Amino acid sequence: MVSCFFKGGKVTARNACMPPFRNGSGSGINFAASKDDFYSFTFTVQGMEFLVCISKAPDTTTRIAFTDGDTRFNEEGVQFIVNPYDEWYALVRALEIVEAQGGKVVIAAVGGADCDPILRKALAIGAHEAVRIDAEPQDAMQVAAEIAAYAKGQSFDAILCGKETIDHNSSAVPAMIAEHLDVPCIALATSLDYADGKAVMTRETALGIEKISVGGSFVLSAAKGMAEQRIPNMRGIMAARTKPLQVVAAQGAAPGTRIERFALPAEKAGVKLVDAENPAELVRLLREEAKVI
Amino acid sequence: MKCIAFIQTKGGQATKASLEAAGFAAGIGEAVAVVSGDLDGDGGLGSVGIQRVLQGAGDLDDSQLGRLVSAAAEHEGASLVVCAQDHLGKSIAGRVAVRMNAGLIAGVTVAPDGDNYTRNVFSGKATAQVKGATDNLVITTTPNAIGMPAASGATASIEAFDTELGERKVDILEAASPSTGGRAPLPEAELVVSAGRGMKGPENWGLIEDLADAVGATTACSRPVSDIGWRPHHEHVGQTGIAIRPNLYIAVGISGAIQHLAGVNGSKVIVVINKDPEAPFFKAADYGIVGDAFDVVPKLTEAFKAL
Repeated sequence: MVSCFFKGGKVTARNACMPPFRNGSGSGINFAASKDDFYSFTFTVQGMEFLVCISKAPDTTTRIAFTDGDTRFNEEGVQFIVNPYDEWYALVRALEIVEAQGGKVVIAAVGGADCDPILRKALAIGAHEAVRIDAEPQDAMQVAAEIAAYAKGQSFDAILCGKETIDHNSSAVPAMIAEHLDVPCIALATSLDYADGKAVMTRETALGIEKISVGGSFVLSAAKGMAEQRIPNMRGIMAARTKPLQVVAAQGAAPGTRIERFALPAEKAGVKLVDAENPAELVRLLREEAKVI
Repeated sequence: MKCIAFIQTKGGQATKASLEAAGFAAGIGEAVAVVSGDLDGDGGLGSVGIQRVLQGAGDLDDSQLGRLVSAAAEHEGASLVVCAQDHLGKSIAGRVAVRMNAGLIAGVTVAPDGDNYTRNVFSGKATAQVKGATDNLVITTTPNAIGMPAASGATASIEAFDTELGERKVDILEAASPSTGGRAPLPEAELVVSAGRGMKGPENWGLIEDLADAVGATTACSRPVSDIGWRPHHEHVGQTGIAIRPNLYIAVGISGAIQHLAGVNGSKVIVVINKDPEAPFFKAADYGIVGDAFDVVPKLTEAFKAL
């Protein structure tokens, strides 16, 4: 059980010292008695604190190549970006909520100094503080353990991630963080709002579209639809230079998997063109030659 | 090796993606299935190589499902857990991995070669061979990639499985039908008809929907089309939308930018319809028609209807 991680449901030192009605909009506290602990109460928090996990990823136009006997991604000439799902959806939605309700957005990445430019980019978009956990992670297990270890000592309302990184595509880190912290994980959410002190999200599963709510803290992985990409302006870029970027030591979590070898997919044999006046021929080929219908 | 296959059910039957995962697990070792909630018979699991099904409580959230699956693995002495890399798999595979101190190899696309597992990386622009580095391992299988095992017609036995699951923390306020209506959700769809800016405006999408209806396909679109609001976000396929791998992908009026190809190049057969013979998508296609979508698509729809 995590005792000092999130602030939902319990009065933490920060909340007690700094009541969340500081922005002057009135009824900041909602004294909702908890079922099992009558002297604890929740706030309708007006100062939200989000941790947004961001990852360095090769630009979406990158042509992929490998080196060292196909055991390593060839980074030569590659431009790196903030993983789009982390930036466009998770970070921007966290910023929108904080802009409306007050609070702050902390971004965290697990990586070496080569991650600093993408952290500065996320600061330029509007994040308030950055944390880099100094490690060279080999897989999701390691990243999640490091993020969770850092978050345990903090008081975040929610941890937001992109639904996957565009290099490893595992969609594994958010659920792993949630399990380490014993909180729900809402995977592939397409919206996040707060109502009556509860987070309300939508997600689409194989069974349908669900609108769900979580009373306490949680981890979310953001899919398209949650927010729109923001381009940093010059003021943001200038401000980012002086925003705090803290480097913290890693716990030394071990990876659970090892990549043996990369390969590029086989080239297509070449397109077979069908006359535009005779689409029935295409249908025949799909049925008799390709056998897909 | 003993393994656990976590199965999602719909109306008491295992989903197609879950049956693929069960078949994958049964191909590796003695596989025991775990389900949450009601089953209709054995849910179709006996036929794909499962002999025993552990049936846990229903109506669980992701945290409780993680506990159910890891408890089942411990109960059976299984060192490998397999489930589909679908919405639910993405919610719980990581939880099970942490609980079992297991490495997670997500989105495997072919049967393993010894202890080497192949998965897509760089959004389908490459593949990687991955090995576990831990005693326990969690594998998720990409829907519509492994293939369905041949049905044996056998029946699995069902055993109730009770374990401490903790309290539910996620409340479902509303549930609605999938946005794809009666069609398969995009990540699992076998047939997809997709269109791009070549359609000139949202008012012309009737042509695409008619074609999709004739083919029995789920509809999709390119990123620019969803960004300008012609189509909803959940239809966007590509590197920053949804990655798909249908048996047949028909792309109408999409030029084929590298980001789009990354999300769709797992498709077994790609058909490109574009009036520009130089469109880069033709290089990635199996079949193509160079022509105006407004002429070609209605004729193609009629040809599919004539089947």
